Amino acid sequence: MSDTNQRIADIVGGNDVVLFMKGTPLFPQCGFSSRAVAILDHCGVAYDSVDVLQDMEIRQGIKAYSDWPTIPQLYVKGEFVGGSDIMMEMFEAGELQTMMDEQQVAKAS
Amino acid sequence: MPMAAEDIVTLIEEALPGAVVEMRDLAGDNDHWAAKVTAPQFTGLTRVKQHKLVYDALGGRMGGELHALQLTTQAPT
Repeated sequence: MSDTNQRIADIVGGNDVVLFMKGTPLFPQCGFSSRAVAILDHCGVAYDSVDVLQDMEIRQGIKAYSDWPTIPQLYVKGEFVGGSDIMMEMFEAGELQTMMDEQQVAKAS
Repeated sequence: MPMAAEDIVTLIEEALPGAVVEMRDLAGDNDHWAAKVTAPQFTGLTRVKQHKLVYDALGGRMGGELHALQLTTQAPT
């Protein structure tokens, strides 16, 4: 496993909910990342974010890690959930909230 | 160079025979697309796997020249 892969595995394994995104939750740098942040805020869960624009290795590495070509990417309890489109579909169907409950993810404070 | 809607539809239809693709121009600029894909190949697959089939059909363009494609997938009902 490469160093970058190990770094990503550590981040994903060390946080219940992680969003790899462009920019930060306060200042998203892309419409898709902005949408992902809004969905997580609506779910009311605590999450960590990684700004891939600040780290080219992670920006490329995360695509290989999940075999998924785009950013943002959401991980819950170490599992890749999807990008912003899947998050939106799951949110509208109520599945995302159910999954967060089932995974006993901490609420946002 | 942004991709034309017809090219996106053709790539998906060729890779997923029987797929129905609806394209919507989100920003009126011929560049920001929403695609709704209904395909028999999606039956029984998770959303992540359904989306991956479409990304595979687009042959690596997703995330590159195709930055702004909003994707919705479903199996035929």
